[in-house]
Amino acid sequence: MRGRRRFLRAVAGGATAGALAPLGAAAGAASEANAKAAATPRRTDTVPVPAAAETTNPPVEPVLSQGRPNADFMVDVIKALDIKYLPANCASSYRGIHESLINYGGNKMPEFLTCTHEESAVGMAHGYFKIAGKPLMTLCHGTVGLQHATMGIYNAWCDRVPVIVVGGNDLDAARRAPGVPTYHSGQDINAMVRDITKWDDNPVSLQHFAQSFVRAYKMSMTPPYEPVMIALDGGLQEEPMNEHSGNLYIPKYIKSAPPHADTAALRDAAKLLVNAENPVIVVDRMARSQNGVNLLVQLAELVQVPVVDQSNRMNFPNTHHLNQSEQAQALIRNADLIVGLEVSDFWNTVNLFIDNGLDNGFGARQSRVKPGTKLVTISSAELNQKSNYQDFQRFQSVDISMVGDAEASLPYFIDAVKSAISGDRKAAYEKRGEAMKKAWTQSHERSRQTAAVGWNAAPISVPRLTAEVWAQIKDMDYSLVSSRGGIGAWPNRLFKMERHHHWLGGSGGGGVGYGLPASVGAAHANNKLGRFSVSFQGDGDMMFAPGAMWTAARHKIPYLSVLHNNKGYHQEVMHVQRMSNRRNRVANLGTVIKDMGPVGTRIENPDVNYAKLAESMGWWATPPISDPAELGPALKRAVEVVKSGQPALVDVVSQPR
Amino acid sequence: MSVLHNVCKVAALAGCLILGQAAAHAASAEKGKTLFMTYGCFQCHGTVGQGGNAGPRLAPNPLPYEALANFVRTTNRQMPPYREAVLPNEDLADIYAYLQSVPPTPDYKTIPLLNN
Repeated sequence: MRGRRRFLRAVAGGATAGALAPLGAAAGAASEANAKAAATPRRTDTVPVPAAAETTNPPVEPVLSQGRPNADFMVDVIKALDIKYLPANCASSYRGIHESLINYGGNKMPEFLTCTHEESAVGMAHGYFKIAGKPLMTLCHGTVGLQHATMGIYNAWCDRVPVIVVGGNDLDAARRAPGVPTYHSGQDINAMVRDITKWDDNPVSLQHFAQSFVRAYKMSMTPPYEPVMIALDGGLQEEPMNEHSGNLYIPKYIKSAPPHADTAALRDAAKLLVNAENPVIVVDRMARSQNGVNLLVQLAELVQVPVVDQSNRMNFPNTHHLNQSEQAQALIRNADLIVGLEVSDFWNTVNLFIDNGLDNGFGARQSRVKPGTKLVTISSAELNQKSNYQDFQRFQSVDISMVGDAEASLPYFIDAVKSAISGDRKAAYEKRGEAMKKAWTQSHERSRQTAAVGWNAAPISVPRLTAEVWAQIKDMDYSLVSSRGGIGAWPNRLFKMERHHHWLGGSGGGGVGYGLPASVGAAHANNKLGRFSVSFQGDGDMMFAPGAMWTAARHKIPYLSVLHNNKGYHQEVMHVQRMSNRRNRVANLGTVIKDMGPVGTRIENPDVNYAKLAESMGWWATPPISDPAELGPALKRAVEVVKSGQPALVDVVSQPR
Repeated sequence: MSVLHNVCKVAALAGCLILGQAAAHAASAEKGKTLFMTYGCFQCHGTVGQGGNAGPRLAPNPLPYEALANFVRTTNRQMPPYREAVLPNEDLADIYAYLQSVPPTPDYKTIPLLNN
């Protein structure tokens, strides 16, 4: 704070010498009180400032008479980390660094992506990372903006994705303006997200910022990847750096090697794997890269072990005969060994829970596995769990529990398995492999026959929708950047998914509003790599913060968004239905206006005109399509539009799930 | 589907009673289609009973009425039970008539998009 006081003195002296000239007509009529206020470096703290202070210039502004602003050095730090984009919604509490980023930094590395909601900004960073493998930073008001951003941060936390969140804040109560700027300040803004970030800090000097920013980046990028939070004082951004500038330095960033599982424990697990009669590997967020996919294929092929991909990432090619995700329940019931790799909910993998109100409301719970089945896990989740939010799921005891990043552990696991294999088991592996080939073919055909049921239904069936999209993208290097909700696993059944970027997984925390911004962020990264991005977009998800569409158009981020328009929040429909039935009551569909689902769960009456919504923000869009025969031609046109550089929305009136 | 088939084996008394009551009612597939929507069956099973991510296929070729009815009345699985106070027998019979009216599914090999 000494620096700030010196700055105050310097500016006050400058004002006495006439260095501070009132700016603009409003300033020309400044009262004596305002003239005194002009001696302060920031907004007046003697006159109450109404809400308009957030949207209009203060009557006078001090001129920085010496030195560069601290924020310029902050920009140097950010540039040193090669952060390419900055999705953010503007806010006065970070005006100091905002100005430096676009003027001193030239709006490059990072380039500002103007967002209309902080949650969208975090979602874009979330999606971008899943393709680029590099984190983005976002800036926000430390209070109201961070409150908006929080759900997106929670999704990133649960999805093990790094995002560097920087919140502007005016700590000095004696100097910050009253009114809105004070509403927008807090003593410890990081407290809001401390339970859902890996690390946070509140730097009080410029060198402190440099250390903390590099540390935050480093920690977020060490598996398990997670968001981090930096509170950035407004005064620190705006002060001149003359006091420190001679000794300032930017710490060098060296990526940490990811933690791997204990090698002795891996050897024990390998012995179990090579000798098991019916082993299964279950994966969820295992593959962080294509290398992870390749390693898992190598491991599975060694002993011809089936893989169940719970698909919060693209972990294992669905064209490989050992991908037995469709047989998950049968394989788990029959298994004598289950190896879970970065499985988010291992309890629910080996147990069945039914929300039926039985057992005094606890619901039905039963083991899915045979007595004596060995359970083995490798997971990095234990390394940074917090206790408040329950993303660690129910506790499951296992026989061998290894803490470490699964992808980093696989080379050691593969070596251990190779060493443990004995010649007399090879025939058994070959036999198992042949059985898996047969099972894969049967599963492949069963999926397609299931897709044929209701093929010509209107509203359009989800399998038909999926197959129509696949027909348009199958010859391109594509990336399914977002899906799920009512679409379920149909893309995983009907698309060929062989590369890590073919499917990015879901939101993590299930916070609705992820799909749209994450698609924009991922598409931005894909476009730089020449890939075609497609998203199955939920209508409910889109309505949370549709302004992300404008960001895509503004920043020339084309991708194909296929709206799964089921006119409702269908996850919730059955919750209300279940409660109604349990209480022997007919679910209320409305009295004056009848909806197609329980009151409070539908988005209809009136229907949303998504085409107009999208077009108003610079997109190409189709009117709602409910005739399956019209879908293929509409998608074909949309693909061409995307290839020409414009985002496109195809509104498909669809079956609920 | 395996759950439903197991239920089929134990349908017995409850299903027979419902069947007896429903037999006196001239079931209407057209009315059943409307009821299939208003009771929310389509939310999980699709508008033509094709099944979906949240519920199994019901049509074409639905289970025998007594098995389906018994499941609807007594299930303790993911689907909540629909007792008669919520879904009268006559309405259930109409819904069943609708499911019976759903035409057969073509072989997927005749659909080019499913052979990509």
